[in-house]
Amino acid sequence: MTNALYRNARLIDPEAQTETHGWLRIENGVIAEIGDGDRAGGVNCGGLCLAPGIVDLGVKVGEPGERHKESFRTAGAAAAAGGVTTIVTRPDTTTPIDTPEVLDFVRRRGQEAAAVRFRPMAALTKGRAGREMTEIGFLLDAGAVAFTDGDRVVSDTKVFSRCMSYARSVGALIVGHPQDPGLSEGAAVTSGKFASLRGLPAVSPMAERMGLERDLALVQMTDARYHADQISTAAALPALARAKAEGLDVTAGVSIHHLTLNELDVADYRTFFKIKPPLRAETDRIAMIDAVRDGLIDVICSMHTPQDEESKRLPFEAAASGAVGLETLLPAALRLYHAEQLTLPVLFRAMALNPARRLGLPGGRLGVGAPADLVLFDPDVPFVLDRATLRSKSKNTPFDGQRMQGRVETTLVGGNIVYSRGAS
Amino acid sequence: MSFRQKHLLGIEPLRSEEITTILDLADRYAEMERGTRKHGDALTGLTQINMFFEASTRTQASFEIAGKRLGADVMNMAMAASSLKKGETLIDTALTLNAMHPDLLVVRHPHSGAVNLLAEKVNCAVLNAGDGRHEHPTQALLDALTIRRAKGRLHRLNIAICGDIAHSRVARSNILLLGKLENRIRLIGPPTLMPSGVAEWGVEVYDNMAEGLEGCDVVMMLRLQKERMDGAFIPSEREYYHRFGLDAEKLGAAKEDAIVMHPGPMNRGVEIDGTLADDINRSVIQEQVEMGVAVRMAAMDLLARNLRASRTPEGVMA
Repeated sequence: MTNALYRNARLIDPEAQTETHGWLRIENGVIAEIGDGDRAGGVNCGGLCLAPGIVDLGVKVGEPGERHKESFRTAGAAAAAGGVTTIVTRPDTTTPIDTPEVLDFVRRRGQEAAAVRFRPMAALTKGRAGREMTEIGFLLDAGAVAFTDGDRVVSDTKVFSRCMSYARSVGALIVGHPQDPGLSEGAAVTSGKFASLRGLPAVSPMAERMGLERDLALVQMTDARYHADQISTAAALPALARAKAEGLDVTAGVSIHHLTLNELDVADYRTFFKIKPPLRAETDRIAMIDAVRDGLIDVICSMHTPQDEESKRLPFEAAASGAVGLETLLPAALRLYHAEQLTLPVLFRAMALNPARRLGLPGGRLGVGAPADLVLFDPDVPFVLDRATLRSKSKNTPFDGQRMQGRVETTLVGGNIVYSRGAS
Repeated sequence: MSFRQKHLLGIEPLRSEEITTILDLADRYAEMERGTRKHGDALTGLTQINMFFEASTRTQASFEIAGKRLGADVMNMAMAASSLKKGETLIDTALTLNAMHPDLLVVRHPHSGAVNLLAEKVNCAVLNAGDGRHEHPTQALLDALTIRRAKGRLHRLNIAICGDIAHSRVARSNILLLGKLENRIRLIGPPTLMPSGVAEWGVEVYDNMAEGLEGCDVVMMLRLQKERMDGAFIPSEREYYHRFGLDAEKLGAAKEDAIVMHPGPMNRGVEIDGTLADDINRSVIQEQVEMGVAVRMAAMDLLARNLRASRTPEGVMA
């Protein structure tokens, strides 16, 4: 059904930054017409929110190598249920995605098994080892939308600067992980009173600023296109603001976990709260929310990182990092809406419009001619999250047992219904 | 009787009355130990397993003697040498042991929080014998008992803790315990060996022994690990001894009757002068070891009472 009419909806338009009551008509999988008020026929949305589908930048799928943690099928199902219509996958798989051949395999798997759109990122250096650059040109031709070594920092600045220069010549986007590798080595939490009381190895929040300052200096040197995957500390923000003011081609993201949780949530060594970079102080969390509102931070992502039970049921230092987030991204983001910290158009600017724009994808907006990748959701329905109900193969969510608000009713990709709450 | 804990995982969850309850009972056990009849029957019929994932001689021996003096069946497992090498996870090890129905599990582990994790998975009383850089509660309790016996009180004392605070679980437990009982705590050491956020702990921080020890009633020295001596955290052993090693001259800044403590094993000539460590007028280091057995007897006795109460149908403590 790629022709349809959705009416009586609260339309969330991240481009115009408006919320209006209206209708939206889809023709051949594309948004054909949008109007105010109500009209007859079609699907009655009952006044619920209709927004562009989320474009999640930085999703880890366990293919190839760790399919027991997440496959394209389960990641696609989780994304659809979470209102995510495009997943942008990370190359930090067990066999890194660093050659056109591996990328090709991943693309084929993604296309045949995932219910939503997917775009792969490729590794920046071979084996993500930080020594030699990958075939950036070939990988770009094979469909890579960006280049990153994930959370492994390319510590050799000469290598990184050459990668940037080369990437610039072919117009490729580099996604960096701003972190000083020396200070952050072995760290499990952010340094401070809490970390010291728990006796956990910790990293100063200053390490993020150092990593970002270094990357931005290299961007200035090479004119590369650069996106910082996650900014999580207030100390890093001035550098980002300065770079943007100077006109560098720089954007930045933040994970939903750094916007909704803080370091104290780790409490008595709860390993589901072990993420990378580690959770920060409450003042940092508030500063990140403000930065998203001001547009200094462009993108909110889930940093979906599936980990099986065995890698989490360990002492905190030894446990794996990361949390799943595809299905909880929207309800968690709605916490910020209900707390009156961010509006829905601002949230969808950061979750849909900006990531799509940055990667040159056509989605992410509610406009005529855009693909009909949409999410229909009720922002108010309360529920208690039970991790057993997640569609991801891995259930490592920090929100287990927590009260959330907001539920996806329908998710459309190209006008096709890929998720409908009643049907699942 | 005021002690409601199921486990002894750290000082942090204890109320000050509970600390006092342990110390009062330990005092009685200390007297018993000095007598001719050293044995009690508080743990008769109970099985105590000492699981040490990290090498230990002193603490393990102390727990073993404490258990045996109170009639427990004590078993030692040197975990560093066994299942870990076979790839078994901590939780599997815990479940395996749990199936053998122990009553008291004494655990030391190199990772902070590992003992908490283990305690969630077993249904016996768990005692933390040191986890990573987190806590070492029985050490803090034995230090507290030693101070109380030497000073006649355990409040409003000026207590200095000197050396490698950052890596020390002993320091953390002591800071928590002595703070709960309203003492004034000073931490002395080079900034590279101070934990982050230490200014928010409600303690005073010094990087100079003469200033830090001024007017102190108690001077606690910490062990400096060999691997931290050469260049990584401090320039050298001899520079450390010169600036932070406790000798008679530096101790001169403290009160005349200040006592000197050390959790052992000591590095003579690194953090403490050998002659001073042996000075029976100032050093209470041997008494600390003695109190260690008494405190562990008391802690296991109290936990066993709660364990027995939880297993009877009425199950309520008086």
